[in-house]
Amino acid sequence: MAKKEAVQMNIFKNSDELQEKEQKEVIKSGTMEQKPRENRKNEVDTAHILAQKQREISISEFFLKNRHLLGFDNPSKALLTTVKEAVDNSLDACEEAGILPEIIVVIRQLAENRFAVSVEDNGPGIVRNQVPKIFGKLLYGSKFHTLKQSRGQQGIGISAAGMYAQLTTGKPIRITSKIRSQSEAHMFEIQIDARKNAPVVLREESVKWENNGIPKTNGTKVEMEIEANYKKGSHSVDGYIFQTALANPHATIIYYPPEGEFVKYERVSETMPIEAKPIKPHPYGVELGIFIKMIHETKARTLRQFLTSEFSRVSPRIAEQIAEGAGLKADYKVSSLTPSQIELLYQAIPKVKIMAPPSNCLSPIGEDLILSALKRQFKADLYYAVTRPPSVYRGNPFLIEAGIAYGGELPSEEPVEIMRFANRVPLLYQQSACAMTRAVISTSWKSYNLQQPKGSLPLGPMVIFIHIASVWVPFTSESKEAVAHYPEILKEIRLALMDCGRQVAMHISRTRRYMDQEKKKSYIEKYIPHIGESLKEILDLNKTEEERINTILKETLEKSRTKIILKEAE
Amino acid sequence: MSREAILKKIKESAREIYSDIIHRKSPKMAFPLRSLQNVKYDPKVGFFELKGRKKSRTLTVNTVKTFAQTLRMIALSKELIATDDIATKREAYYVSKNWGDARFNEQMESDTVMDDVEAFFQVNREQLGFIPEEKGGDVAGKLFIIDEDRNTGKKLKIDCTKFGSGAYSIPIYVEHLQFETDAKFILAIETAGMFQRLVKHNYWKTANCILISMGGVPTRACRRFIRRLSDEKKLPVYVFVDGDPYGIGNIYRTLKVGSGNAAHINEFFCVPNAKFLGITPQDIIDYKLPTHPLKDVDIKRAKDSIKNDPFFNHYPEWKRAINQLLDMGVRAEQQALAKHGLNYVIDVYLPEKLKNPEKFLP
Repeated sequence: MAKKEAVQMNIFKNSDELQEKEQKEVIKSGTMEQKPRENRKNEVDTAHILAQKQREISISEFFLKNRHLLGFDNPSKALLTTVKEAVDNSLDACEEAGILPEIIVVIRQLAENRFAVSVEDNGPGIVRNQVPKIFGKLLYGSKFHTLKQSRGQQGIGISAAGMYAQLTTGKPIRITSKIRSQSEAHMFEIQIDARKNAPVVLREESVKWENNGIPKTNGTKVEMEIEANYKKGSHSVDGYIFQTALANPHATIIYYPPEGEFVKYERVSETMPIEAKPIKPHPYGVELGIFIKMIHETKARTLRQFLTSEFSRVSPRIAEQIAEGAGLKADYKVSSLTPSQIELLYQAIPKVKIMAPPSNCLSPIGEDLILSALKRQFKADLYYAVTRPPSVYRGNPFLIEAGIAYGGELPSEEPVEIMRFANRVPLLYQQSACAMTRAVISTSWKSYNLQQPKGSLPLGPMVIFIHIASVWVPFTSESKEAVAHYPEILKEIRLALMDCGRQVAMHISRTRRYMDQEKKKSYIEKYIPHIGESLKEILDLNKTEEERINTILKETLEKSRTKIILKEAE
Repeated sequence: MSREAILKKIKESAREIYSDIIHRKSPKMAFPLRSLQNVKYDPKVGFFELKGRKKSRTLTVNTVKTFAQTLRMIALSKELIATDDIATKREAYYVSKNWGDARFNEQMESDTVMDDVEAFFQVNREQLGFIPEEKGGDVAGKLFIIDEDRNTGKKLKIDCTKFGSGAYSIPIYVEHLQFETDAKFILAIETAGMFQRLVKHNYWKTANCILISMGGVPTRACRRFIRRLSDEKKLPVYVFVDGDPYGIGNIYRTLKVGSGNAAHINEFFCVPNAKFLGITPQDIIDYKLPTHPLKDVDIKRAKDSIKNDPFFNHYPEWKRAINQLLDMGVRAEQQALAKHGLNYVIDVYLPEKLKNPEKFLP
């Protein structure tokens, strides 16, 4: 809940600023046009105008002016964000319905900077009358008020993309959806009335949905036309799809890029990820603002009821201790709490020892699946993955998973590649600001036989996969691109990396020893004939004698070599 | 050692290795350790002698390449001796290009293996059929060299006063040469420039001597030539080099007592009765010579000489002189004498120095 609220509050905060700015503009233009004598009357008029304007500002309209906040700051990022929002929605929908996701992403270039994006899934479909609201209204979604590990940004993302489409190309967003129990799919073309934050349905009809002659039983397809720019590389849609496939081994993803061949990432797992359970907030993790809000909104009557019912791990006994810490009785009425009492109560929380939150709310990808995904997507010599036990930062449960692919066809002289994920969503930007990158840099890779320039990423043929799963991933900013540097999180990542590092070190020394022995073996084969031939020349030996020398030497040297190997093995 | 004797020695060593292999023992080759750490100096002997420390190369997985290359080199030597042929060090390196995987990639590598072989048999490489590339040195002055005509076998008498502004060039192999001279001493000079000046002004006539230009550290042939000439004609040898750690520590020392690296053949390739004429550190002061500061390598070389070189260690005079140079922190070249006039070296410096040869550094 806290997360959603934060976004919402922030938007309102920004729109306040916006209003202020507009007010100033209005005042400025007013004074310029009017004579000083008429000032008084004019002020009244301005206030009226302002009052009107204040009512008219909506979130949708706010978006139109502040689209960079939601990832639409430039044309290439807009393409990525659009695809990302749609794919995230599809994956969430499938998982909630217990369906193994199969997602088809198609991007077609229509003009130099105009693209058609289509994302189709095999999810449960959307009930007909919900479609316009989900896609045509900002801040409307199913996961609004739960604290649960999820991909996030639901409620704003896809409709924001639709809004972006409308803004840049004027084309409506088109949704085709079918639920299993109905024989036909329904197709909508929707625009958003930015002022009212309400959908405008331009077209609505029932259609037959077939793919290559095969009727589609259930699923949703979102299509839109946007102004965008397509780039290749790891920060692009290509990279996003690649990494999404990596972190979602249970999903099959088919991707048709604007140029070149389509790519199919076949699922490597037939089991659904463990369902993440929603949990109530832990007292240690709650912020004062949220705490106040919870107190105002609770249905509980007494302090004891409030604390035990709204938070996890708060027993009546703990509730009493917290109340006591604030100098209050546990059966004090919540509705009579004064603001200063609330603050005292809030300050009392850290002084009481409360059990760590339950960790069954987390859904790791799992070591086996990370391994399978790495194997599917990288041609390497060594693969390793580790899932750390759950841990807690500021009352929020989280867990870290790390995986590596080493050697093989990976580039050997360059810094290692880091692939960062938060709740299975790839983080493509702001790598250097992220706690995951910090953890990689601050791990001493030299002790694992890798080169590492001071204060930099290690060098070598390696890809590092890092995943944080949490009910609330602490991002450094609204754009959700980098994880904040909490010591508990850094420590867990480092522990996971060290585990990976040990495997790499073992692999490297194993490879080196093997190469060494191969070299020595080839040495024997290469140079022994020269000894035979030299002795033959000096001593005028015959061919048989020469061959005898070579055979004996090969045998004795091989024997001594194995002796050395056995010795090393001891 | 005669050709037959060397051939026999080569075959005996090879036979030993062969027998070790057949009996499944690890074959071994032992070489004297070639470094300053493994030589001693006794003025009665007159040159660096080996102290007897050896390194042995046993055939193992790790040494198989060098072992094979060494045997290849020995086989080449055997071939050269048997057919009475020679190969320069560079040529030997190119011959190795036929050895497939055992070939050398740089001449440095083949030179090292050649030195090993030389030390292994304790003979000089010329006797193994390997000759150096470098020129021996130049000679001018009162000397007749008796050589023979390659085609007719007739004696050739070469008059070293008759080369005008040029000079006689010391051949790579000097054992067969004979000498006639009435000169009083041999003056061995470091630089070709100084040699040219002395030749141009017929200094050999004025001083009744033989001038030899070494051109830096003297080659083996040059050392052997001076040695034989000095021994047979009972001539003192005075050495005139730059007043710096290189002139003293490398050129003079190598001429007089040989080197650590070629210790196994020093006996023949050194001139134990050589004396150091100049430029001494004291000369720098006495003759008010213009100087250059000692470079880091100079300082290191000088300090090394005092610390590790058995020759300089033996003579307190030398230790004093080198310390004096280090204290002054400067060096002076032969040509620095030109400050007092181009022919100052002929008119003043050499005559003054030659009045007291007993004062020369040992």
